[in-house]
Amino acid sequence: MKKNAYLKMAIGNKPQGKETSTPAPAEFKLIGKPTPRVDGKLVVTGRAMYTHDIFFKDMLYAKILRSPYASAEVAAVDLSAAQNLPGVKAVLKLKEGRVKYEGEQIAAVAAVNEKTAEEALKLIKVDYKALPYVVTPDKAMADGAPRVHDSANVEKINEYSRGNIDQGFAEAEVTFERTYKTAIEIHQTAETHASVAKWDEDELTVWDSTQAIFNVRDGLAEALGIPETKVRVIKMYMGGGFGSKLDANEHTIVVAKLAKETGRPVKITLSRKENSLCVGNRPSTQITIKGGARKDGTLTALSFRNTTCGGLDSGDQCSEPTIDVYKCPNVKVEEFTVFTNTGAGRATRAPGHVQGTFALEGFMEELAAELGLDPLEFRRKNYTTSNEGGTGIVYSSKGLDKCYDIGAQKIGWTRRNLKPGDGQGKKRRGLGMASQIWWGGGVPGTLADIKIHRDGSVEAVSGTQDIGCGTRTYMATVAAETLGLEPQDITVKIGDTVYPWAPISGGSLTAPSVAPAVRDAALQAAEHLRGIAAKKLSVPAADIVLADKKLFDKNKPENSIAFKDLVKGLRREAVFHGERGPMPAGFAYNTFGAHFAEVEVDTETGRISVLKVVAVHEIGRVLNRLTAESQVVGGITQGISTALFEERVLDENTGKMVNPNLQTYKIATSMDMPEIVPLFVDLVDPRINNLGNKGLGEPPRIPSSAAVANAVYNAVGVHLREIPMTPDKVLKALRGKEAGS
Amino acid sequence: MENTIKKKSRTVTRRAFLQGLGGGAAGAALATRMRGQNAGAGQAGIALPPALAQKTITFTVNGKSVSVDVEPRETLLEVLREKLKLTGAKKTCDRGECGGCTVLIDGQAVYSCLFPAVRADGRQIITVEGLAEGETLHPVQQAFIEKDGYQCGYCTPGFIMSTVALLGQTPSPSLAEIKAGLSGNLCRCGNYVKIDEAVAAASQKMRKA
Repeated sequence: MKKNAYLKMAIGNKPQGKETSTPAPAEFKLIGKPTPRVDGKLVVTGRAMYTHDIFFKDMLYAKILRSPYASAEVAAVDLSAAQNLPGVKAVLKLKEGRVKYEGEQIAAVAAVNEKTAEEALKLIKVDYKALPYVVTPDKAMADGAPRVHDSANVEKINEYSRGNIDQGFAEAEVTFERTYKTAIEIHQTAETHASVAKWDEDELTVWDSTQAIFNVRDGLAEALGIPETKVRVIKMYMGGGFGSKLDANEHTIVVAKLAKETGRPVKITLSRKENSLCVGNRPSTQITIKGGARKDGTLTALSFRNTTCGGLDSGDQCSEPTIDVYKCPNVKVEEFTVFTNTGAGRATRAPGHVQGTFALEGFMEELAAELGLDPLEFRRKNYTTSNEGGTGIVYSSKGLDKCYDIGAQKIGWTRRNLKPGDGQGKKRRGLGMASQIWWGGGVPGTLADIKIHRDGSVEAVSGTQDIGCGTRTYMATVAAETLGLEPQDITVKIGDTVYPWAPISGGSLTAPSVAPAVRDAALQAAEHLRGIAAKKLSVPAADIVLADKKLFDKNKPENSIAFKDLVKGLRREAVFHGERGPMPAGFAYNTFGAHFAEVEVDTETGRISVLKVVAVHEIGRVLNRLTAESQVVGGITQGISTALFEERVLDENTGKMVNPNLQTYKIATSMDMPEIVPLFVDLVDPRINNLGNKGLGEPPRIPSSAAVANAVYNAVGVHLREIPMTPDKVLKALRGKEAGS
Repeated sequence: MENTIKKKSRTVTRRAFLQGLGGGAAGAALATRMRGQNAGAGQAGIALPPALAQKTITFTVNGKSVSVDVEPRETLLEVLREKLKLTGAKKTCDRGECGGCTVLIDGQAVYSCLFPAVRADGRQIITVEGLAEGETLHPVQQAFIEKDGYQCGYCTPGFIMSTVALLGQTPSPSLAEIKAGLSGNLCRCGNYVKIDEAVAAASQKMRKA
């Protein structure tokens, strides 16, 4: 999925002007409480089936031969020796002509086992003519650089302006400019990308490690030239996506073709190296922010210029936080992408917002110091309750101010160095914070069914995906709450394109799309059952309550009938179709949060230890406190990992990635973890949907790296302005500070 | 990162593993793969003659004795997953970097992706599938559910096996011991803090039991 399409979906369909029919109550019995996952047993016993774990009888194993060159002309591909290797059942040529990055597909093999397929790859003879390449943005922007595509290597991808930027700077008493950089991050999902394809006559079934079954279905149908009705995509369990599994991958199309050719099921599991090279990354950025402010801290102008690099594809637009978070009448944005001969960037948990927030929030921290203001007070001073920095429509709900209050109190904000770098000694501590905005309103039109069987069992069904966020559990909880049952009473069916449509599991969309659809279906079911119970109990339907697995008269609770006994009388199983309704027009629907970090910097070794992070989020109603806390913990962990360790390293002399594995591409471990305090602002959005909930996937990932970097600044008095903040960079910055002072 | 801290000693390190191999065709094949040079490599490889390569091994897995024919180049992980269909242990990095494949061999937590299957002959192996007794979960499994010690769940079997090994050696670990004990396992969803809570809870459950 193109990142822009992803963002469009994240923003959601335009609100359509209809009020939500059923306002949510303030308090629920199950929803919002900590509920252990309903499918926990499957996961902890190893019985949960991931795509890697699927083995069919007669299944073949596919491997893909990939270009070792960053740029080359493939003059000829000779498959004959591979075809003749015993055990090889099909060989496909995938590319002739120009290849543009290390890892691009050349040919594929299907064989009786993986090792034979690997042997066969070595027998494919490829005549490469190596071509000049560029793998770094600097080289790609230089005069006379080899062109990555037929067009120029640099392209403008976004511009925005409001007010009058020149006037804004003229009104400023302080003008300040800084440049911030973020490295390329690889998703490195635990489960590498994997697919299994199987044909029955002209119908294709694909089991895929995906965040988006319907996207995969549609992409496969298009690539294979068959109707969408002939493709079924199933996702049972999936080992992490973070944006890298949002559409039909090239290798999935390949196994569908190999399965067709051989008449046997074909499976592919990418290697860790392939996952590092070929299935996406978070584009790098170099962002320069110039801001103007009055001495009292009032922002008058913000100018934002981003040069991003997403390899073969466009990089990330990162200006949204700068456009929206702070009240500022004059804003100007320009964003450019640079193409290089490296794997294409892809949506990566909070695309653009992570990098844009690192820059904006670093800038706010530094500007506050320049103005001699408390950085948190500086942010409050420029607080806004409407979008586009106070010039747009109002937020349906915004609890960022409460996030500030709670976070500052919990971290002990007054403990910070009043002047950055004030601390003494070899190990210095500091506090920093960062604010966050994201969408997360959900997608109107999302579908879910509630099916009540005559034996009393109940299904909640939707073509959504549980990618680890607890979708199954809140579907069960919402259905149970509405029908007066327990979560264990609900059988949740998801992850199959034969079920009613639901959007991608990305963009913080799933919970505010699927949960309201389940609620809608369950409310219809409850109403239907209330009608039947009213007759049986001889009371008005409006007086019937569903609770404790019974239906009873609210004025006389002993006048009741068990849920099971009531549905026994149904003529057949009863199906109720739910839909997530539209959002009222005239409001902006966004999520907010603030992270507060405490770090210790060893000024002798340059090592940064994160000691504590307090995270406060406003996501409307929390559906499940237990899994919501995990989301926040995970976002912070990934943010610390990116702040301190993660970076794709390329060798300019060969055009190759030098750390395509988990030994040299460092990610955080348990040893690197601070104490984490995940908190939520208690608030129900009054109009977003029938539950008042927003999404949480992206939000905790957005401010975490920035908060850590700002804490480092507070500790040592120099902002590194670049992640990852590896010890060499810390020491260099400290030396630079000494030289400068 | 964790390199500065003493690694848990019970796992087979890559270096020790390579030293232990002592060359040979299987060693060469695995060493090549571990250098990560297979993708896109050009030269032709030579398939092992099957008759020479096969060896029958017998070991106990989750209390049951099994006999399987294996090639010297096959890892224990491949045999568990592909031949015995015990798919709880995952092939995540396939080179001893992440712990997703962790199983117990004679009570020790081991990266099964680095363990040649032929060396499993005569050993006692426990995988995540072998922890529960019928439908009654092991206290570690219960604790991972109660504390939400995972998100996508893919690394979870590995974490659970490392936890069982840790609590076997250190029944009442401190938080620092928990972190060090699990430092050989990666969780990309980033749920370490919750996992630490699960391990502490499991430790408490097991001491009470």
